[in-house]
Amino acid sequence: MSEAQSNSTTEKCIEIRNMNKWYGDFHVLKNINLEVCKGEKIVICGPSGSGKSTMIRCINRLEEHQQGDIIVDGTELTNDLKNIDAVRREVGMVFQHFNLFPHLTVLENCTLAPIWVRKTPKAEAEATAMEFLERVKIPEQANKYPGQLSGGQQQRVAIARSLCMRPNIMLFDEPTSALDPEMIKEVLDTMVSLAEEGITMLCVTHEMGFAKKVADRVIFMDQGEIIESNNPHDFFDNPQHDRTKLFLSQILGH
Amino acid sequence: MTEQTYAPGTYPDLPPPSETVGPVHWLKANLFSSPVNSIVTLVAIYLLYLALPSAFNWLLIDATYVGETRKDCAPGGACMAFIGERFNLFVYGFYPAELRWRVNLAAILLVVAGAAVLWDKMPARKHMMKFAMIYPLIGAWLLSGGLFGLEYVGTHLFGGLMLTLTIGVTGIVFSLPLGILLALGRQSKLPIIKYFCIGFIEFIRGVPLITLLFVASTMLSYFLPPGTTFDLLLRVLIMVTLFASAYMAEVIRGGLQALPKGQLEAANSLGLNYSQAMRLIILPQALKISIPGIVNTFIGLYKDSTLVIVIGLLDPLGIGRASVADSAWLGLSTEVYLFVAVFFFISCFGMARYSLYLENKLNTGHKR
Repeated sequence: MSEAQSNSTTEKCIEIRNMNKWYGDFHVLKNINLEVCKGEKIVICGPSGSGKSTMIRCINRLEEHQQGDIIVDGTELTNDLKNIDAVRREVGMVFQHFNLFPHLTVLENCTLAPIWVRKTPKAEAEATAMEFLERVKIPEQANKYPGQLSGGQQQRVAIARSLCMRPNIMLFDEPTSALDPEMIKEVLDTMVSLAEEGITMLCVTHEMGFAKKVADRVIFMDQGEIIESNNPHDFFDNPQHDRTKLFLSQILGH
Repeated sequence: MTEQTYAPGTYPDLPPPSETVGPVHWLKANLFSSPVNSIVTLVAIYLLYLALPSAFNWLLIDATYVGETRKDCAPGGACMAFIGERFNLFVYGFYPAELRWRVNLAAILLVVAGAAVLWDKMPARKHMMKFAMIYPLIGAWLLSGGLFGLEYVGTHLFGGLMLTLTIGVTGIVFSLPLGILLALGRQSKLPIIKYFCIGFIEFIRGVPLITLLFVASTMLSYFLPPGTTFDLLLRVLIMVTLFASAYMAEVIRGGLQALPKGQLEAANSLGLNYSQAMRLIILPQALKISIPGIVNTFIGLYKDSTLVIVIGLLDPLGIGRASVADSAWLGLSTEVYLFVAVFFFISCFGMARYSLYLENKLNTGHKR
């Protein structure tokens, strides 16, 4: 798999160099270095509190980093609001708790950003939104409010909402952690089909089946550091570090 | 409940047992659920029996509604003829009689503008909203005049119901946007804006409205260049609006804090900028949560307008006090204050009911 990766295009999509972040005195991300190529699917795992969510939230500046560089699609993330907005337009994000807008219908959730940020005409934005709602298999819910949907349906709406902005990169922050077991599959299926279309994906998740199936690379983080980064085959069958082995034995143990 | 059995998957929806529904059950559950509750219920019924018939007689059976003088009023009943006699004073204050059509017109237009804002099924609402936006100017022009051929009417002639409505509507219309700005400013990352807003809110909340009204009526002239005339009612309106906006800001801040952080993060991650995120995502939800508090502040403001009596403006309560002292109609304070109370109650109860309606309408079933 690593050969396939080196043969494919090496155009950099995300570059993180020597990035550090603190919450007050707490050193939450330590010297993070990560390069993501266009079209790459990356799964990030690790124990809770290891900084995985914080790291991907730095990529669209929901969190500020204090040291080092983050370059997304050629735009460096600084305090410049213009750059931040430019990056956020190109980077979609799906949250653990969906964060749909409860006062808007499903369709309005999906068309809001295209209309206000991309200045897409309303009819066109609605057509696009219906297209993506069909992709995530819930077009019939378009005129309902998020509160009337199940968790799995809400998360699929959240994915469609992000896709409506036609992002180059998708970030998933534990997208299935808040779901009932019977709903996890429908969301993962959506994510798998998305991965097959070649979008760049960074996914924080504990769904190791998903990692084995779609990831080009699996990254293991612990205590704010990237401990290990490898293709899924080697990562699961031949982990290099003790901490990785311990983690894998804990989550795959039963 | 019965011996009837059903095969798995075929169990029908049965009605609830008859002893748990219906009016008899309601009485049992709510009024006679325990010995103490039964006693309280019986005592309450007895007290109502004592109070209601005599109040009913006083207000309706023995009351006099039509009459010219105090002598026309039957003894032992309410002398409502007096209210009728003074009705114009209660409604228009000292507004010149031949110009009262302007007050009436302003009131009718207020109803139209208010309907456009409050009622979302209003025909041609978009255009009506534009009208509602400029209504404050039209209303001020109609009431006060002095421009475009309308005769000037000094605000010292304002009084009664129209004065209450002028203060109430102005305060409500301007304190809400001001309160929103103050609430957002208080959360600003820019220290100057933040501390200005905190200082303003805490100062205004820390001072009684009556003090601010005295400041408006007397001290303001010390701060202004000599010779400037600054209408007294206008000063009152500004003070009342600022006062209400400080309370409004805190109510709205409560609503802002009740929203999950994820809402702003989701808006940001979609590329919405600050003002878009606030306007489209945060404020609609925060204001919805704050409706009870906002309407509470509105009602408080509306009733506080009676305080203008201390600086010589006569609202319905002030007119009432003056009327009670009329030597030709002595001893009618009950009737007068009852009338004033009913007037305020109707307005405030209306606002309260509207707020409930609005809450229901905006409920999109996302409560967890």
